[in-house]
Amino acid sequence: MDYFVQQVINGLQLGFVYALIALGYTMVYGIVRLINFAHGDVFMVGAFIGLYTIERLQWPLAAVFVSAVVGCTVLAVLIEQLAYRPLRHAPKIASLITAIGVSLFLEYFTSLRQVFGPHFYSFPRPFPVVSWDWYGILVTNIQVVIFLVTTLCVLLLQFIVFRTKMGRAMRAVSFDYVTAGLMGVNVNMVISFTFGLGAALAGVGGVLYGIAYPQVNTFMGFMPGLKAFTAAVLGGIGNIPGAVLGALIMGQSETMVSAYLSSTYRDGIAFVILILVLLWKPTGILGTSRTEKV
Amino acid sequence: MMLEIRGLTKHFGGIRAVDGVDLHLGEGDLVGLIGPNGSGKTTVFNLVTGIYRPDAGSMALEGENLGGIPPHRINRLGIARTFQNIRLFRNLTVMDNVRIAHHSHLEYGPLAALCRTGRFYNGEKELHEKVESYLSIFSLQNRKYEMAGNLSYGDQRKLEIARALASEPRVLLLDEPAAGMNPYEVGMLMEFILSIRERFRISILLIEHQMRLVMGICERLAVMDFGQVIARGIPAEIRENREVIEAYLGEDISIE
Amino acid sequence: MVRLLRSLGKTFAAYALLAGSISFLAGAGFVNPYWVQIFMLACIVAISAQGLNIIYGYTGLFSLGHAAFYGIGAYTAAYLMKTYGGQSQAAFLAALLAGGGASAAVAYLIGLPTLRLTSDYLGIATLGFGIIMKVVFDNADSFLPELGGARGMTGIAKMTTIPWVIFFLLVSLLVVRNTIHSSYGRAILSVREDEIAAETMGIDTFQYKMVGFVTGCAFAGVAGGLYAHLYAFLHPSNFDFFKSIDILIIIVLGGLGNMSGTLVASFGWIFLLEGLRVFLPPGYVELRWVLIPVLLIVTMLLRPQGIFGAHEFPFLRGKVQDDA
Repeated sequence: MDYFVQQVINGLQLGFVYALIALGYTMVYGIVRLINFAHGDVFMVGAFIGLYTIERLQWPLAAVFVSAVVGCTVLAVLIEQLAYRPLRHAPKIASLITAIGVSLFLEYFTSLRQVFGPHFYSFPRPFPVVSWDWYGILVTNIQVVIFLVTTLCVLLLQFIVFRTKMGRAMRAVSFDYVTAGLMGVNVNMVISFTFGLGAALAGVGGVLYGIAYPQVNTFMGFMPGLKAFTAAVLGGIGNIPGAVLGALIMGQSETMVSAYLSSTYRDGIAFVILILVLLWKPTGILGTSRTEKV
Repeated sequence: MMLEIRGLTKHFGGIRAVDGVDLHLGEGDLVGLIGPNGSGKTTVFNLVTGIYRPDAGSMALEGENLGGIPPHRINRLGIARTFQNIRLFRNLTVMDNVRIAHHSHLEYGPLAALCRTGRFYNGEKELHEKVESYLSIFSLQNRKYEMAGNLSYGDQRKLEIARALASEPRVLLLDEPAAGMNPYEVGMLMEFILSIRERFRISILLIEHQMRLVMGICERLAVMDFGQVIARGIPAEIRENREVIEAYLGEDISIE
Repeated sequence: MVRLLRSLGKTFAAYALLAGSISFLAGAGFVNPYWVQIFMLACIVAISAQGLNIIYGYTGLFSLGHAAFYGIGAYTAAYLMKTYGGQSQAAFLAALLAGGGASAAVAYLIGLPTLRLTSDYLGIATLGFGIIMKVVFDNADSFLPELGGARGMTGIAKMTTIPWVIFFLLVSLLVVRNTIHSSYGRAILSVREDEIAAETMGIDTFQYKMVGFVTGCAFAGVAGGLYAHLYAFLHPSNFDFFKSIDILIIIVLGGLGNMSGTLVASFGWIFLLEGLRVFLPPGYVELRWVLIPVLLIVTMLLRPQGIFGAHEFPFLRGKVQDDA
């Protein structure tokens, strides 16, 4: 029983990190219907910024998070303006292929010997690890940090999206960007803001991931990115609570399979769940289908 | 009786889009379905063509029940339609749009197409000629290789009708065929509709807001409001009907 | 009948010319065997790409799991050939067809539930299926040891030759061309254009989606079988998500729904990859994967409809009547 609860907690840890990435995917998809393949790599950049600021610059944790947020946001907005915005009125597949191109570029450019190189780096611990024995179950301060920071971010996001003018603009643009524009919303700025917001969360996620699983390399964003995107679809793409729900499910199932079956199946199980869910609810658990008016 | 609709009902959430509608269409009839926006007319079309499933009621084509049958089979049974918001295959040519509708009457199989047999070439030739004849009714044959999306609005509407005809239906449902047309075009459309009824021996049910067309060519009318049929009769009667006037114009208007 | 025989004759002549000349060049030593192998790889990729072109370009189904079907065909053909076929050419043909058939069967099973999903959801479902298959390939040795699993499958005969590869490439092009330029092809296109309108015009859209999907996956299966017997070694990493993305990039670069574009882009992609590997100074070889994405991004920004757009080579236009 203890083992089970332990795995549940481990699963939560993974799920929370996935949630931070998944939110970026779901928001961007909601607003421009684009699967931003490069998002996982923005997450990777966040981890590397964390690596650099902790190890080289020896900055305090708060400053580390801030720099990851700033760095990732700038990167994402730059990508959006240079690579995606020009294709906004082109067929959607062109944007998708471009996103793939950006993702590949980020991965391979950073893996060049002259940059970071393709090898694994050891992510430094910014604070000593403390674990508490709670009735036979181990909870580390890392997990507590992850839970707290992620919850804070999600609450902040909810606040922005539902209680601010910008958030209202975001929701309007995701519903109908033409009309939103005609109503005076600066659509370009809202879209850039959305990309930036998603990237900020991914940046935080990158730092947290590095702290929790201290092996980073330039290709680390690919699989988590894929899983986080799957989580977003699982929960209903475009739906913010759905992304969190989906991510928690993904994290939990992956950990459980790894613990009880075999770690070689860990990547597969999440997708089996996804396919089953989609067959039952084609638009994701919390997703709403936009019925086409015939 | 060509098309028999009884007690047709469809809800969307709490809204009764179609509420116990009875309609009938005899052989060779030309019936108009009118009513204010949102009264459920297009929903009736969507139900008859199998796009929606009815919650209650029945629909029958020459006695054959249409309930639960998928749209492509309903078309093969003999019902074709046009759409309120034109749904042409915009990135395909005019020719292709019409040819596709004739697919269910194709004379050659996939193997013939793959091997390019004589049967295939003959089939394509016949198809080509047939489609040309449909297009020429609407004077569209000179535009046959243009992209459907590049045609003028009026031509697109005509193409939609030509396409529906190409599936060789017995019943044709026209959803606001005259929308956006000027008086001259409406006049031409009225003639088209009468002549295709004659030439192809089909029964036509049309939804329309342009009263000139409705009053001009429809033999009978059914008026819908809030999902129900509130009046039926010949155009002259409907024109004077109090409830119809109220439905369109509201209750405080009095007509001299 | 005469017409049919004439066109069959023309096709065979073209085949003989192509296969014969290239085989001669290779055999006589005019071309480095390394490049001959790359040429064959390009043909194989082109066959697989035509498959995805049918699925996505023509039928409009966003499938991100194409590499999985490539792999199913590869492992099926390799296993059958290794276990029963020996070195026989006839057995090879049977194994290839079996590989294609296996992919088609799996595609049918997967298609039944998933083809009803809308575009982006279909993409993610097929992506998921692709990843699941990779996991299956990785663990394949636990139910069939010969398949090798994560260690890779060895001991495959090098049966793939230029005549085989060109034969299947020509067949794939002919099948696509002849089908698309017929009423059946137009029916498939209508599914891509507007499903609801197509349904109301009598087209069974689900059936045609299935046909497009299964056929495209069958192409991938045959290509996979040819691939297995080209390098005589199979590893699950050859069939991962990146490979599915490669093929998607190829068909979009060439022009979606364009046979000529798919053909040219397949060759271009493979030769560019290999060319850069050879021509970049050693130590800078990793630069390939930095340059290629940049090229990709620039191409999409400048020509989002793909290099060929809607233009086809004359022999692929397949015009029937006096169509424009």
